[in-house]
Amino acid sequence: MSDAVARQVPFRGGGFRPRSIRWVGVVVFAVLVLLAEWGTRTGWISSLTLPRPSDVLKTFGELWTSGMLMKHLVPSLTRLVVGATLGVSVGVSVGILIGLFTYVRSGLVPVVAALFPIPKIALLPLFVIWFGIDEGSKYALIAFGTFTPTVVATYGAVDNVDRTLIRMGQSFGLGWVSIVRKIVLPGAMPGILSGLRISLAIAIILLVAAEMLGAEYGIGAYILEAGALYDLERLFAGVAILSVLGIVVSSVIGLVERRLLRWRA
Amino acid sequence: MDLRAEGLSHAYDGMSVLEGIDLSIPAGRILCLVGPSGCGKSTLLRILGGLEQADAGRVEQVGEPPEGCLNPLTYVFQDFALLPWRSVAGNIRLGLEEHRLAAGQADAIVADVLARTNLTDFADALPRQLSGGMKQRVAIARALAVNPAVMLLDEPLSALDAQTRELLMEDLIGLWTRQPFTAVYVTHNLAEAVRLGHSIAVLSRRPGRIREVVHLDKPLADRIHMDADLEETQEYLWTLMREEARAADAELLNV
Ligand SMILES: Nc1ncnc2c1ncn2[C@@H]1O[C@H](COP(=O)(O)OP(=O)(O)OP(=O)(O)O)[C@@H](O)[C@H]1O
Ligand SMILES: [Mg+2]
Repeated sequence: MSDAVARQVPFRGGGFRPRSIRWVGVVVFAVLVLLAEWGTRTGWISSLTLPRPSDVLKTFGELWTSGMLMKHLVPSLTRLVVGATLGVSVGVSVGILIGLFTYVRSGLVPVVAALFPIPKIALLPLFVIWFGIDEGSKYALIAFGTFTPTVVATYGAVDNVDRTLIRMGQSFGLGWVSIVRKIVLPGAMPGILSGLRISLAIAIILLVAAEMLGAEYGIGAYILEAGALYDLERLFAGVAILSVLGIVVSSVIGLVERRLLRWRA
Repeated sequence: MDLRAEGLSHAYDGMSVLEGIDLSIPAGRILCLVGPSGCGKSTLLRILGGLEQADAGRVEQVGEPPEGCLNPLTYVFQDFALLPWRSVAGNIRLGLEEHRLAAGQADAIVADVLARTNLTDFADALPRQLSGGMKQRVAIARALAVNPAVMLLDEPLSALDAQTRELLMEDLIGLWTRQPFTAVYVTHNLAEAVRLGHSIAVLSRRPGRIREVVHLDKPLADRIHMDADLEETQEYLWTLMREEARAADAELLNV
């Protein structure tokens, strides 16, 4: 017994718990940009395939100093905010109704399933006729595009709310409105917020699509014009703005999550 | 206020779960419900509190709920059912928010039940920061806050370890001794039943019927841990339940 070999029990409980370390992302970006810079400078990447990052930066600087950046950014952001707010708020409301009422669920789930796969861009001409060539059709396109994923995420989240908590609410005599406001909504919030990440990314994609039609100013219009002229520096400057927009939206949601979901450990 | 059940029967998808249940819970007394697994105890409790509709029979509240009662029939759930996004105080306040209380009254009630359940220091903690025993104390505090006429407890201590269970049992007895409440207490644990019950209803295996109601006259405060009288009653309850439990167990295997 005493002369048996003693081996330490190996640790095998690690992993499966990713955290996010901010500087790693920054480093990855920096490495990619430096790689492109190095490749284009040495001629390893031809200037036809990829613009030089430093040139893109210069173009961006011109955009900034000429004041054109704001001229393009402001209408784009307005469209994004108005369209996404409309789509998300209607989407969350409809999603909650689907999550709570048998007839709404039976009636609307097939409709949403039918609407979801339609490329909303294909409907742009229709939107122009319905809502006019001006801002109306652009708002509608973005709203419609964010609506469907928001609905699906929301009713899934409501379905996942712990029923025992709802029974508990009823057992304390809470009214319907109180149960929705104090139990269903907070309980569905994690699912709604992660759905929002997807919906808002889709909103940015559709922003460019919306500006394909009759927009003088806007990031989308700027990118399309640059594309038509094969001006890669401006094209990439515009694309970079969209990416930054994506990162900003995602970190804003992250912030909201940290505030609203503090209870989740 | 008394609670009275007459001829309750219930079935799920044609499977009879409860049959002809008659019960009466007088004010200020604790009725314990014991019975083999799956005999319909939880179902009966849900029916008593109006969370589920029985196929037949009726449940009646006899007399008026006491002065200041905000929610006559109040549950304490086995899995605590605390809102994870609310603090301890916020959870306790939940049942009060539905009522228009005078300014400061809700705060006073919350402070009072926090003190009665020794939770004052944890008023601002979130449920995830609490141990199982504390969570259940919060749930009990939440139930006490609405000053219920009848408390309906479904195995409130089964998710807890033995020591915590004993502590909470003493808490419950203390709370009752200082201010008697009416309760229906569902449990698997016969020792709990004889500690807390003024009467103990033994249910048969599914479909649940009342096999016998055993009365215990000894005051709650005098029932100490491992009391000889209680052991005897507990032994008797076990003989009542033994075959039922065995048969129920075999039935579950044959499903
Ligand atoms: N909502 C439901 N739908 C269908 N069957 C149910 C439902 N709730 C309970 N049952 C069934 O009814 C029977 C009684 O269930 P119940 O939960 O009331 O038993 P119990 O005595 O509380 O059991 P336990 O001791 O395990 O808590 C069980 O066979 C269970 O499977
Ligand atoms: Mg049960």
